[in-house]
Amino acid sequence: MEQAAAALRRLLSPDALVTDPVELATYECDGLTNFRARPALAVLASSTHDVQTVVSTCARFGVPFVARGSGTGLSGGSVPVAGGILVVTTKMRTVLEVRPDDLRAVVEPGVTNLDVSRASAPSGLFYAPDPSSQQVCSIGGNVAENSGGAHCLKYGFTTNHVTGLEVVLPTGERTELGGVAPDTPGYDLVGAFVGSEGTLGVATKVIVRLLPLAESVQTLLAAFYDVDSAGRAVSAVVAAGLVPAAIEMMDALAVSAVEAAVRCEYPSGAGAVLIVELDGPEAEVAEGLAEVRQICEQEGAFELRVALDATERARTWRGRKAAFAAMGRLSPSYIVQDGVVPRSALAEVLHEVEELSAKAGIKVANVFHAGDGNLHPLVLFDEQVPGEAERAEELSEAVLQLCIARGGSVTGEHGVGLHKLGAMCDMFGPEDLATMHLLRRAFDPEGICNPGKAVPTPRLCGEPPRARKGAHPLQEAGVAEIF
Amino acid sequence: MERACPAGARLGTGADALDGSAPHFVAYPTSTAEVAAAMRVAASHGLAVVARGAGTKQDWGAPPERVDLVLDLAQMAGVTEHVSGDLVASVKAGTTLAALSEVLAGAAQWLPVDEVVPGSTIGGVVATGLSGPLRYGYGAVRDLPLGLTLVRADGAVVRAGSKVVKNVAGYDLAKLFTGSYGTLGVMTELTFKLAPVPPCRLFVTASYQGPAEAAPAISALVRSQAAPAAIELDRALPEAPLEVSVLVEGRPRPAEQRAAQVAALMGGAEVSPLAPPWWASLPGPATFKLTAALSRVPALVDAASKASADLQARLWGSAGAGVLYLGLPAGPAELAALLPKLREAAAQAQGYATLLRAPRASKAGLDIWGPVPGIELMRRVKERFDPTRSLAPGRFVGGI
Repeated sequence: MEQAAAALRRLLSPDALVTDPVELATYECDGLTNFRARPALAVLASSTHDVQTVVSTCARFGVPFVARGSGTGLSGGSVPVAGGILVVTTKMRTVLEVRPDDLRAVVEPGVTNLDVSRASAPSGLFYAPDPSSQQVCSIGGNVAENSGGAHCLKYGFTTNHVTGLEVVLPTGERTELGGVAPDTPGYDLVGAFVGSEGTLGVATKVIVRLLPLAESVQTLLAAFYDVDSAGRAVSAVVAAGLVPAAIEMMDALAVSAVEAAVRCEYPSGAGAVLIVELDGPEAEVAEGLAEVRQICEQEGAFELRVALDATERARTWRGRKAAFAAMGRLSPSYIVQDGVVPRSALAEVLHEVEELSAKAGIKVANVFHAGDGNLHPLVLFDEQVPGEAERAEELSEAVLQLCIARGGSVTGEHGVGLHKLGAMCDMFGPEDLATMHLLRRAFDPEGICNPGKAVPTPRLCGEPPRARKGAHPLQEAGVAEIF
Repeated sequence: MERACPAGARLGTGADALDGSAPHFVAYPTSTAEVAAAMRVAASHGLAVVARGAGTKQDWGAPPERVDLVLDLAQMAGVTEHVSGDLVASVKAGTTLAALSEVLAGAAQWLPVDEVVPGSTIGGVVATGLSGPLRYGYGAVRDLPLGLTLVRADGAVVRAGSKVVKNVAGYDLAKLFTGSYGTLGVMTELTFKLAPVPPCRLFVTASYQGPAEAAPAISALVRSQAAPAAIELDRALPEAPLEVSVLVEGRPRPAEQRAAQVAALMGGAEVSPLAPPWWASLPGPATFKLTAALSRVPALVDAASKASADLQARLWGSAGAGVLYLGLPAGPAELAALLPKLREAAAQAQGYATLLRAPRASKAGLDIWGPVPGIELMRRVKERFDPTRSLAPGRFVGGI
């Protein structure tokens, strides 16, 4: 490590290096905060060349490294290796090209998600994947996590909108994958790289696909007396062959929190609130909206509001977007869980979650992407009350087991990182994980690129179930600490 | 082999020849477990294995160095699960697109993939990454799988992805396998996200003298808010007019309005519920695949037209996606002369040219795949998945 640090001091400009312990503390964790570790050194890269310098130095001296964008991740994916090197891409935030006639933009990894759409807007285009953190999160991070966003129901995920990458491989080599045109001959390594959570290399340029802005957007807010009838409305919308751009649902507890936080004036007395957004050609959207209204009324919606303009639309969404942060109104602490079940099983699973919640004496507020079965149970607890933190953690884990039992997924959006490594052992078998490691080793034969993240090793899966009071295996390995 | 595949295993014949190489054995597994057993037998005897669906792409790619065993997956057919409420279906790899369509149509749903080569199986379509016109509105073949079951060269059965429409757990092996020509493993079952069958489909078709005349319309269509499902072009070279046809799908009244909008953008066009005769029809028998940045599609059409001027060729493809196919009856000399010109033209268009398919004799000695970015990394991936080079050796890029 000392040799690597010395080499980097020689090769990089002094203001690129962060060694002061107080400054380094900023980079100890991501948006999850449960897992922290202090790197020996952080490099604020300004160019592909900088990234290549760091990675090839790490490769030369066998030092583990982690890449970090804006640090908004929710699974501990960019937690540094304790005593390793962190390469930060936030200074690489130039939109290099917008090519409206090719429907492409070429951006550096530190560019924020929203900035891509902002740069494309003058051409009547936008970048579709829209995670809630889009004002802050970086495209590089989006590539690592295969981020989606509320509109992924219609538009898909980052992987459906990236056609090319420049990557610095863990060996220090720079390579191009894919390009501006689709169907580059050979293996779809762009597709393998997106969603690989920073374990296969560092993306230093991203070629994204842009789409024409929709001609018309209509947003409907529907209030139901209970989650079941809202769920039936969603099923009916799907059965009618409609494909809204987004369908979001919040339960009564979640609604009460956002009301207190942002005063979005959702209908009072709602057991469940549904937000349905349709976009596309005007005539198509108008007919679709009429059908959705009819369906909601049929399923017992007691209030329907259609946003009349962009301001009202923003107000409708404000509550939903404030949901996680608003939990602070209900409880001193909370766990944000992220799991997926088949959409048709949502109503049943929510009842199961309710039962678990009642049994544990722990409240759960539900916010979720009703269109695709992606749940975000917000498990509320007070650390000061003895045992509550543990019961909340157990309940959160139990929800994931429900997802697995239903043939769903242990993560719809937030990624595996550190947080879901154990759950990966439940979702996949040993040969499945071994095959993922084949891919990983092809890119990173020495195991220095974001080690210990995303895909558990057989050894980790073989560990006995964590004792509630015992150390996390990663703590024992010196990779991370839990706070 | 007979123990591994009770339903049938036999010696290969000339009829089983893959690009001129007849295999020693052909086996007919009926389940993933039988595929795994067959792969284990193959591995223990050092056999080179190629999977076969309906055998419609036997002359695609480079001729394999050797083929000892063909795994015929025609009996691994059927929809194992269709949850219409989730718009998800799991399908065995040997299922034909036609059979799949029929099952899903019962719930007014479909897998939006064109049957570009008639009789194709879903496994073959995914293994070759063969997308058609619908890629523009629905995504290419690589965008559709949610998860898959595959068998590795060593016989291990592997599941990747999931059966739900939203999942980021683990690496996206379905993307890695799409277009991999069977060189990384044998896919036995795939899970897909479906779409509702649109109630109305309208084709808006206009004719232009050539690419320069069509260019403004194509550019306007790609930027339009009419949300077409496909933007296609077709030209019987060299002198015939260039036809551009746009597919508009949706509810009847809005679709008619949008079709009228599209027709106006095209400078006048015919609207019909029937597709033009050339729609989703891969020209051949020798076929080049050409890709381009969207703005350079007209220039590529022009270059391809000039290069194949006296060769009775047909050019067809997605002007909206930047993927074109040039088909012609050609012998080795013509293909050898044409390939470098097309490769140069595609490079100018920021894309690539490959000789997708041709009879073995015609493509002997040609660099059908051409240069590929990241080829060294691809070799490393291949080495990890198939260290003994027993899966379709030599069929893919860079000699993989």
